[in-house]
Amino acid sequence: MNLLAEPVGISHYLVVGAVLFACGLVTMAAKRNAIGVLMGVELVLNGANVNFVAFSSRLLRGEAATGLDGQLMALFVIVLAAAEAAVALAIALCFYHNHATVDVDQGDELKG
Amino acid sequence: MGIAELLPMLLGAAWLLPLVSFTLILLAGPRMGKAGKGAGYLATGAILAGFVLSTVALIVWLQHHPVTASHGAGEGAAHGAHSAGPAGHAAADRRAIEGPTFYAGTWYRLGRFGGLEVTIGYYIDALTVIMFWMVTLVASCIHIYSFGYMHEELEEVTDPLVRLADGRPLKRQGRFHRFFQYFSLFCFSMLGLVIAGNVAMVFVFWELVGICSYLLIGFYRERKSASDAANKAFIVNRVGDFGMIIGLMALWGGLGTFAFEDIFNQVRPPLRNYALTVPDGMVQLAAKDEIEAIYRQAPDTETAEREVARRLPQWREAGYGYWLLVIAGLGIFCGCVGKSAQFPLHVWLPDAMEGPTPVSALIHAATMVAAGVYLVGRFFPAFTPEVLLVIAVVGGITLFLAGTIAITATDIKRVLAYSTVSQLGYMMLALGTGGWLAGLFHLLTHAFFKALLFLCSGSVIHAVGTNEMPQMGGLLRKMPWTAATMLVGCLAISGAGIPLVVGLSGYYSKDSILAQVFSCQQLSPHFGWLFYVAAAGAAITAFYMFRLWYMTFAGQPRDEGIYEHAHESPKVMYVPLVVLAVMATIAGWTVPFTELNLTNILEQARPAGTAAGVAGGRLLEHVALPAEHLSHAEAIHVPVSLIAFATALVGFLFATAFYGLRKLDPDEARQTFGPLYDLVKNKWWFDELYQWAFVRPALGIARWAAICDRRGIDWLADHLAYGVRSLSRLDDWFDRLLVDRPIDWMAAVTWRAGLWLRNVQTGQLRQYVMLVALGTVVLFVLISLY
Repeated sequence: MNLLAEPVGISHYLVVGAVLFACGLVTMAAKRNAIGVLMGVELVLNGANVNFVAFSSRLLRGEAATGLDGQLMALFVIVLAAAEAAVALAIALCFYHNHATVDVDQGDELKG
Repeated sequence: MGIAELLPMLLGAAWLLPLVSFTLILLAGPRMGKAGKGAGYLATGAILAGFVLSTVALIVWLQHHPVTASHGAGEGAAHGAHSAGPAGHAAADRRAIEGPTFYAGTWYRLGRFGGLEVTIGYYIDALTVIMFWMVTLVASCIHIYSFGYMHEELEEVTDPLVRLADGRPLKRQGRFHRFFQYFSLFCFSMLGLVIAGNVAMVFVFWELVGICSYLLIGFYRERKSASDAANKAFIVNRVGDFGMIIGLMALWGGLGTFAFEDIFNQVRPPLRNYALTVPDGMVQLAAKDEIEAIYRQAPDTETAEREVARRLPQWREAGYGYWLLVIAGLGIFCGCVGKSAQFPLHVWLPDAMEGPTPVSALIHAATMVAAGVYLVGRFFPAFTPEVLLVIAVVGGITLFLAGTIAITATDIKRVLAYSTVSQLGYMMLALGTGGWLAGLFHLLTHAFFKALLFLCSGSVIHAVGTNEMPQMGGLLRKMPWTAATMLVGCLAISGAGIPLVVGLSGYYSKDSILAQVFSCQQLSPHFGWLFYVAAAGAAITAFYMFRLWYMTFAGQPRDEGIYEHAHESPKVMYVPLVVLAVMATIAGWTVPFTELNLTNILEQARPAGTAAGVAGGRLLEHVALPAEHLSHAEAIHVPVSLIAFATALVGFLFATAFYGLRKLDPDEARQTFGPLYDLVKNKWWFDELYQWAFVRPALGIARWAAICDRRGIDWLADHLAYGVRSLSRLDDWFDRLLVDRPIDWMAAVTWRAGLWLRNVQTGQLRQYVMLVALGTVVLFVLISLY
C-alpha cells in the first residue's frame, strides 16, 4: 500500500503523529540542554494530540459522529502542556541556579 | 481532775517522753549540737522530766492513799498460826482482803478478735507508781553519769581492742548520740512494761527491752566479744520467751482475756474470798470431753448449759484445769528466768558486761533484769503453790551458784554481774516462799545500790583503763569520792546495819527476805535448806563485795603505771554516785513521825488474797508457804536479824583477813581447795556445758544441713543448670544452622540484587528517556510476538 497514492485518510494523520512523537522522543534523548528536552516533551504531547484529533475525525467514525470527545481530550492536553511548561521552566530555572548550567547531564543527584 | 485521770496522764507522759527523745535522735541525732552532744541533753532532759512527773505522781498517790502501818500488830497471834486464813488478822489484812487499789483503763484499742481485746492500756497501783519513780530516778543518774563516761564518743574513737587486717587499731566515728538514742528506747520500753495494763502489752515491751539490751550490749559492735555477748543475751532470752509464749497461750486459752484486772478477778474471784481458784474457762477447757458428752445427751442447749454450770464446781474439785494454771505460771516464770538471768539461763548476764558500764548499770539496776522480778511480782496472785516452789528453788540455786562464782572472778564488772544474778536469786527466793513484799522491796533497794556499784566500777575503769582487779589497788588516795560511795554500796548490798536498830537499805530488804525464808522453813521443814543457802549467800555476798573493794581501793598499787595514770572522775560522774549512795543508804528508812516507807507503799499494792499464805497445792500437797506478816514476829525476826548480821560479818572478816590485812594468803587457799577453785573459777562449767550440750549440737546440725544443702540441693540445682545449658546450646546450634542461615542467605541475595540494580539508577535523565522508549518498544515487540 502506498500512502502517497491514497486519498488523505486516517493513516496519514497517524503517520504525522508518529513522526512527531518520534522526533520528540529523539529530542528528549539526545538534547543535553534542558530547554531542548522541554521542547521534545512538547513535540511528544503534540504527536499524541494529533492522534486524538485523528481518531475523533469523521474519516474514521462516519458522518454521524460529532468527534467531540477526542477534540476535548486534545484541548485538555494543550492546557496540560501549558501548565507543564510553566512548572518545567521553573525547574529548569532552579536547576540553573544550583548548577550554573542547563546541561541535564550535570544533574545526577538522583543516582541510586 | 480526779486521781483516776491524773495518774494515767502523769505516768503516760513520763512513759512517752523517752520515746519522743528516741524518735528525735533517730531522725536528727548526728546534727544535734557538736558531734551529737545535743542528743545527750535531749535524752537526759526527757528522763529527768519523766522523773519529775513520776515524783508528782507518787506525791499525788500518797495524798490520796496515805500509808498506814500494814502489819506488826499481828505479831502476838503469829505463833503457829500457819496459813490459818485471814480470820486471825482481820485488822492487818483488811486491805489485802479487799484487794489493792488500782486504776486500770484503755488508751487505745488496737483490735478486737471475738471476745479478746488487744489494747494499749494501763494498770496503775502503788507498785507501778513506785517502780516508775525508781526507774526514772536511777535512769536519770545513769544518763547524767554517761555524759562523763561516754565523752570519748564525741570524737573519732580509736579502739585498741579491735585490730584491722593490717594490724592497726580500728578508727571509727564516735557514737555519742546513738548511745543516748538506745538509752531512751530502753527507758521507754521498761516504763511501758511497768505501766502495761495487759499481758500482750507486757510481752511487746518485754521484747523491746530485749532488743534494747541487744543493741547496748553490742554497742562496741566491732569487738567480736561484744557482738557475741549481744547474740548470747538475745538468744538465751529467746529460750525464756518461748516458755513465756506458752504461758500466755495457756492464759489466753483458759481466760480469753489479756487484761490484768480480768485475769486477777478470775484467778482470785472476790466471791470466793480471793482464794486461788482455777478459772471457769480453764476448767471447761480441761473438761472438754465431758461437756461434749453432756451436749450430745441433753435435749436442748439450755439444759446442757445448766448441767455444765452445775457440774463445774465438781470438776474444779476434781482438779480439772489445774494443770493449765500451773503451765501458765511456769511459762510466765520461764520468761522471767530468761530476763532476770536465773539458773539455768543466767549465763548471758556476765557476758553482757561487754557493753559500756552505764549500760550494765541500767540493765542490772533499773531495766532489763528488774523486769523479770517485776513480772513475777505482778503475776504473783496467779501462781499456784507448785509454781511458787519452783520459783523459790530456782532462786535459791541461782543465788548460791552466782555468789560462789563471784568469789573468784577478777574482772571488776563480772564480780558485780554475778552479784546481780545472786541478788536476783534472793528476790526470786523471796517471791517463791511467799514473800511478795520482801522480793519487791529488795528489787527497789537493790536497784539503788547496784546502780551505784556499777557506776563506781565504771568510774574506776574510766580512771585506770582496765577491768582487771589484780592490776588495781591503792586507788583510795586517788579517787576518794568513788571509793567512799562504793564503800556505801558494798555495805548496803551486804546488808550492813546495827541489828534490830538501824541499817542501810540492804539491811532491811535482805533481812525481810531471810525472815520470810526462815518462816517458810518452820512451816515446811523439808525446804529448810533454802534458808541455809540464803544465809550462806549473805556471807558470800559480804565476802566478794569487800574482796572487790579491798582489791581495788586498799593496799598498795600493784601496777605503778596504771596507778600514776589514775585520777578522780569529773564532777558530772561522781555527783550521780553521791545521789545514789544517799538513796542506797536511806531507801529502807521510814520518814520520821509518819508511817511512810517503801514497804508500806508497796503493801498497798499487795495482790488480793496473797497475804494469807498458801496452804498446799494440788500436786504437792505438803507444800505450805507462810503468810508474809508472820515473818515479822519477834520469834522469827530477831534470830534472823542476828543470823544475817553474823553471816555478813563472817564474810566481811574473811575478806578483810584475805585482802585487807593480808593475814591469810588467797593463793594458799586456792591451792588448798584446788578442785573446788577450778569449779568455781570456771563458772561451774556452765558455759562449757552449754557449749557441749546446745551450741555444738546446733552447730553440728547446721553443718549437716550445710552438707545436705551442698550435696543435695546445690547438686540438683547445678545439674539442672548444666542440663538447661546443654539444651540451650543445642537449640542455639539449630537456630544458627537451620533458621538463621537461610534468612541470612536471602538477605544477602536481596542485598546483592539491590546493589546490582542500583547501577540502573544513574540519575542521567536522557538515559531514562531512552530506557523508557526502548522498554516500550520491547514490550510492543514482545506482545506482537505472542
